[in-house]
Amino acid sequence: MSDLLLEANGVVKRYGSVVALRDASLAIRPGEIHALMGANGAGKSTLVKVLTGAVPPDGGDIVLKGERRRAHSPAEARRSGLVSVYQEPAIVPDLTVLENLALTETPVDAFRAQLEPLGIGRLDLRAMAGTLPLATLRVIDFARALAIEPDVLLLDEMTAALPADLTAGVIEAIKRFRGTDRSVIFISHRMLEVAGLCDRATVLRNGATVGVVDVTPGAADDIVSLMLGPGSDEPRAPGDPTAVTRTPMPSRVGDAPPRLAVQGVAAGRQLQDVSFDLHAGEVLGLVALEGQGQDELFEVLSGQRRPAAGELLVDGAPARFGHPADAIRAGIVLVPADRSAALLMQRPVAENVTLPRVARPSRWGPINPRRERAIVRRAIERLQIDTRAQSEVRRLSGGNQQKVTIARWLDAGVRTYLFYDPTRGIDIRTKREIYALTRELAEGGAAVLLFTSELDEIHRVCDRAIVIFGGRVVHELAAAAADEPTLLRAAHGLESRPAGSAA
Amino acid sequence: MTADSSRLERASARGAIARLIQSDVWTVALIVIFVALYVFTVLLRENYRLDALAIASLPVAFAAVGQAIVVISGGIDLSVGSVMALTNVIAAVLLESYPELAVPIVLLVLVIGLAIGTVNGALVVLSRVPDIVVTLAMLFVWAGAALLVLGTPGGGSVDWLNDAIKGGLVVDYLPMALVLLLVIVFAIWIPLRRSRLGLSIYAIGSDQLAAFRSGVDIARTKIAAYALTGLFASLGGLSLTASTGIGTPIPGPYLLLSVAAIVLGGVSLAGGRGGLLGPIVGIYILGLIRADLTFLGVEPAFSTVVQGVIMVAVVMIGAYLTLRRRRAT
Repeated sequence: MSDLLLEANGVVKRYGSVVALRDASLAIRPGEIHALMGANGAGKSTLVKVLTGAVPPDGGDIVLKGERRRAHSPAEARRSGLVSVYQEPAIVPDLTVLENLALTETPVDAFRAQLEPLGIGRLDLRAMAGTLPLATLRVIDFARALAIEPDVLLLDEMTAALPADLTAGVIEAIKRFRGTDRSVIFISHRMLEVAGLCDRATVLRNGATVGVVDVTPGAADDIVSLMLGPGSDEPRAPGDPTAVTRTPMPSRVGDAPPRLAVQGVAAGRQLQDVSFDLHAGEVLGLVALEGQGQDELFEVLSGQRRPAAGELLVDGAPARFGHPADAIRAGIVLVPADRSAALLMQRPVAENVTLPRVARPSRWGPINPRRERAIVRRAIERLQIDTRAQSEVRRLSGGNQQKVTIARWLDAGVRTYLFYDPTRGIDIRTKREIYALTRELAEGGAAVLLFTSELDEIHRVCDRAIVIFGGRVVHELAAAAADEPTLLRAAHGLESRPAGSAA
Repeated sequence: MTADSSRLERASARGAIARLIQSDVWTVALIVIFVALYVFTVLLRENYRLDALAIASLPVAFAAVGQAIVVISGGIDLSVGSVMALTNVIAAVLLESYPELAVPIVLLVLVIGLAIGTVNGALVVLSRVPDIVVTLAMLFVWAGAALLVLGTPGGGSVDWLNDAIKGGLVVDYLPMALVLLLVIVFAIWIPLRRSRLGLSIYAIGSDQLAAFRSGVDIARTKIAAYALTGLFASLGGLSLTASTGIGTPIPGPYLLLSVAAIVLGGVSLAGGRGGLLGPIVGIYILGLIRADLTFLGVEPAFSTVVQGVIMVAVVMIGAYLTLRRRRAT
């Protein structure tokens, strides 16, 4: 127990003038599941890159199994016993699953043995990886890591976008490391997962390790206050670090048609028949497991795809969207989970913010630079975007990128927001800012449709929620009644308990 | 459980066959197009011989194969024509002076091709300048080098080399040049495709981050891909020496033809996708179209317009079919 499996001491990493890690330390005992926590920009990703050899550190040292080591590539780290799995699976799309195994020199039989308990036992190993669903690829990546039997398994946000049924198998597999001579480093923004799974947690803030916490009941509060730091004196309810103040929803004008009425919409294979109304001034939550038709629904609503059946009414008038520009003209905009699907990653923040305003073909001619600067400054201030690296959006952290995606629509006359899992892979502090902003938008009269993979966001942010299963709305309930067991049962297509519907 | 797993095996075996047909459907379609064009050509000219086409296509077919490999790895080699010219004149000069050392000279030229490719790849990796810029610069460097070796067309070849690509194997319908091409290409490619290097070449072209995280050495794989391209370019240069009997320091239109052939042959310019058979068939199709247009009496200037239009049309139809198949599944 006294001997450490992996140790990082005083790791320093600078990118030019930006200091990503000042003094990061980490001590992993054999047989433990160790959480690595920290807000956006705290240095988690950089520490992971240093540990896996993707970038060389500028100072400090890493000791694995008592040996001082500096891996120069992921391959070397893998050989010395440290294997990592990321949110974006390290699977090459144009090779088959078998070829991907050969590429990483993974024993096929050991890999195959992992599939059944992880819930993908029917996987065809000769399938081209690029044709498989993303969730399956994530689990394949994980199974491959298990098959190598690493000393240290590093999981970086790998459960962030996994549907609930696949997550269960992954969690079980992680738990099997406990008490062995091998360990797991677990990185997740989902406090509940960390609380339920991990033994200890190391918390990073501003590039330095600020504490190591034993994960006991109630430790979540300690972790959050360590992550936020002493400087933050924002009010927060005990046990609910992301609570937002919510003013009661103004009562709806009885006669006004809904901002957006969806009637019997079907598209593709998944979306069968979905109807709901989205009113001005409300945040409507949407809960669904992966692949229940929500992707197609958002594509239809944002004008990326024509529905096979059904109708959309905007303010009571039928609307047909042949192009996202049509939806934007109708005041409906999409904020996707994948920031790179919305932003010009290689262009500056300012251009990204102003693009929706200047992209209208009806407004040719020069752009007024003073007006542009004012708009950008206002958006940046309102959303507290960290602009240290604003010359290229891709150099911002994930949370700040998501803020830019939202910022670009503020003041642009948008009245309906489609949020598709906007807080995926984002730290708790930025999440809270996005929750507050979502409420603010609704209270300003906008209508917000919020699909989320995190069930607690329903009662944190929404007024009302619908659950989609098998391409149909199977449940609708007020946010107050939307406790997680009820939502989870409905999302799995189970009948809701009589008590739940009565409440 | 055994029944279950055997059912699974059978299902995946059936899936594998379906996939094979599906993944190579483009190559199969190209072969069909080629056969149709060939029949059409024979109807036009009764005495048309495939071996003439095979000999004329051999140098550019090697260039297309080399180009395909580097494009699959996510790069592009604009210097392929210049490297062919350089290796062509080196071979011609040496063979004229030392005809008795023909075999070592041929091997030497191949090694030179490999070395040139390695230099190209190393420059791309070390300079971090985009492939297209580095190889554009090297296009001029190697073209100049070719002129330094031989100022005007000249040099010579040896008989056995010239004869190696002439005539047919056993029957007249199986041109020696085609057999030679397929044997050389697939003797190198098939073992490579199954090796870790081959997988790595596809991997870095498909998704560089995933490849890096899978433990692929990006730099070394990239250099290896360029080296292979250099090797095939030198095979192209040697076949120029063999087919013309001399060395010509000014490169022919091999670069653009090689890119045209791989696009036609189903290799994605974005990297990661495609094989080597498609580009070879692509070269033959382009050659036949050119021959047919000549036989039909189309003005040469107009015939290049037609070639271009046909290329765009074929690639568009291919993209449309792929899209429909993807929607259907």
